[in-house]
Amino acid sequence: MRTEAQDIHRITFNLPPIYPVRYGPMQSTPPHCLTLSWLPVAPDFREDFRAALGCAEPADCLEKVASLAGYRLGFLETVQLDRALGRLGVRQAPGFSSIRLAILASSTVDHLAPAVRVAGLRRKLLIDVHNGAYGQYRQEILDQSSPLHQFRPQFLLFSLNAREAIAGVALTATSAEVDEAIAGFIDELRTLWRKAREICGGVIIQQTFVDVTEPLFGSYDRLVPAAPARMVARLNDHLCEAAAQDGVLLLDVASASQRDGIDAWFDVRRWLQGKLEIAPQAAPLYGDMVARIVVAQRGLSKKCLVLDLDNTLWGGVIGDDGIDGIILGEGSAEGEAHLALQRYAKYLKERGVILAICSKNEAAIAEAVFDDHPEMVLRRSDIAVFQANWNDKAENLKAIATRLNIGIDSLVFVDDNPVERARIRQSLPMVAVPEMPEDVAQYVHCVANAGYFEAIAFTAEDRDRARQYAENAQREALLQSAQSMDEFLRGLKMSVRFGPFTAVDQGRIVQLINKTNQFNTTTRRYTAAEIADVANLPEAMTLQFRLVDRIGDNGLVSAMILRPAADHDDALEIENWVMSCRVFGRRLEFEAMNIVVEAARQRGACALVADYIPTSKNNVIGALYPSLGFSAVDQSSAANKATRWFLNIADYVMHDSHICRGGAAE
Amino acid sequence: MNTQEILSIFIRILRDLLLDDSIVLTMETRREEIPDWDSFNYINFIVAVETEFGVKFKIADIESFSDVGAIVTELTKMLA
Repeated sequence: MRTEAQDIHRITFNLPPIYPVRYGPMQSTPPHCLTLSWLPVAPDFREDFRAALGCAEPADCLEKVASLAGYRLGFLETVQLDRALGRLGVRQAPGFSSIRLAILASSTVDHLAPAVRVAGLRRKLLIDVHNGAYGQYRQEILDQSSPLHQFRPQFLLFSLNAREAIAGVALTATSAEVDEAIAGFIDELRTLWRKAREICGGVIIQQTFVDVTEPLFGSYDRLVPAAPARMVARLNDHLCEAAAQDGVLLLDVASASQRDGIDAWFDVRRWLQGKLEIAPQAAPLYGDMVARIVVAQRGLSKKCLVLDLDNTLWGGVIGDDGIDGIILGEGSAEGEAHLALQRYAKYLKERGVILAICSKNEAAIAEAVFDDHPEMVLRRSDIAVFQANWNDKAENLKAIATRLNIGIDSLVFVDDNPVERARIRQSLPMVAVPEMPEDVAQYVHCVANAGYFEAIAFTAEDRDRARQYAENAQREALLQSAQSMDEFLRGLKMSVRFGPFTAVDQGRIVQLINKTNQFNTTTRRYTAAEIADVANLPEAMTLQFRLVDRIGDNGLVSAMILRPAADHDDALEIENWVMSCRVFGRRLEFEAMNIVVEAARQRGACALVADYIPTSKNNVIGALYPSLGFSAVDQSSAANKATRWFLNIADYVMHDSHICRGGAAE
Repeated sequence: MNTQEILSIFIRILRDLLLDDSIVLTMETRREEIPDWDSFNYINFIVAVETEFGVKFKIADIESFSDVGAIVTELTKMLA
């Protein structure tokens, strides 16, 4: 006998498509609806989601839900995934990093938390989100017994709206009066940032103010100081200046809503209905933007853009069409679109993204286009690794990562061919593979809006990165011709400059510590403020190292933070030590240890202790401390599988490194 | 589209949203009778229905829907 529930179940799941669906979720996009357009469309979300829920093991379910998060989800699918995640109730899982993020808001943000969590899942982050009480953010920060304080956020996101900032300013106010009112609001906000930092610690992210105002005078609004739209623009100007001064990161929803159109981000009915400043349909993109910043702060943004050639960088197939036959450059709309992608890639290179080529082609024919085609924007020297051959692209991507000495999960693979994309997604799921649109006109938009290369700084090191990778190619050639490793290292004529952390190098030091994953002994991350603090702490010792050789300056490539050890008298503990992968195999770690030991001895320390905390990425230094002369300290197995190491300074034997001392680092 | 068809789509949407396949809706069902159908999920439900049917409810209607039947009736009018 059938029950009523079963009958309804049957009706529900087997509905014939007779009802007028104008746009179901993910079928086609209604106007003013944002999508995560760079992600592939799920073949059958409903079916796969039900299958994920059916997993017996929570770990399997989490993996399946996380892989579903990699699809082009709308708001409702996002809510569903989040609900499943909530039911699993996992705070920690192997392969996932746990993050605590608090949202402090002057509007309703309940719908944003699911989107942040799902965007986290997409990046193997388990983000625990604390939603502050609506409009209570001041009290939450100032009251030390508030749930916010107990939550101990690592990230604090201020999601404020412009209403309260510009309320009360008379329409007749002068420019000076408007600026004074805005400055007052921003000053109060800065006090809250400072308090939040002092009390909670953590990284502060401030959302820019979304302009939801309606025109009052029309185009003339821009010339009236107290016109609402003009005030919101001023507010954002002041905010950005303050954020730059205070080291606060921005979540630039204001710019996103201008690009996408305010109707995509703000729905006045949701504001009236429940004080939602961000429309539910925009929540998935909002969440993704938040997760990008978390990822950038953790040093896990992508590092290298790998480009296909035929029908990606140019139209046509070079092997068939020849250098005169491919479509590229001015005079053809399609050719200009390919050129636009090249220009964008060149821009990325200028900001420090590494470029590589992965193409099924004859290498000589493909490279000749870069040298000889007059319209090419990208030249051979822009490309750090050029893999043109007939091998499987997955193998080529692995080769690119190996050559650059970066993780394979640092790659973004851009290819017009859906078969190649599917193959990489399947065999190398850690590689980001944007779902390129059918129309080459949209290629730049797709790559740019995916946010793979989100940054939280732009340092001299970034500007210089391309040159350094080019120089590394020269060093590699030198290594090929050298008879032995020793001969190669001697031939480089390396010198190291070192000294304590300085204010001028602080930006680079913070970036190095937070972006380095391989040579990173404890993977402890630090904010700019924490680095400044430790540099000024008399009992702590900080060291930075620059490596110069006859081919060029490798820049500031290593940093170390030491504090008095808690468990040994007269010992310094290496709290963290990082080194850029650019200088692996150059014996810098040996010379650095010589320097540290001398400096520690001068301070009267008798010993060094250090933890090595293994991660999925730092096993390259698994044997670092023993190779430097440390011995293992007996320790009951720690939860994080850390091993503890000890070095008696009196017993230390100086290492031979082929690196001479070049004096203090500037 | 008749009332029963709209109702079955509502049931699918709400089951998906709340991950609960035991949910049954009738024209007389009131929101407070369904566990977890709180104000947050009411907004989600309205968003889902608007997306599914390509309509936009008036703000006054959203505020005054007293039971599922009221939503179905209003939607039927909008689709007519």
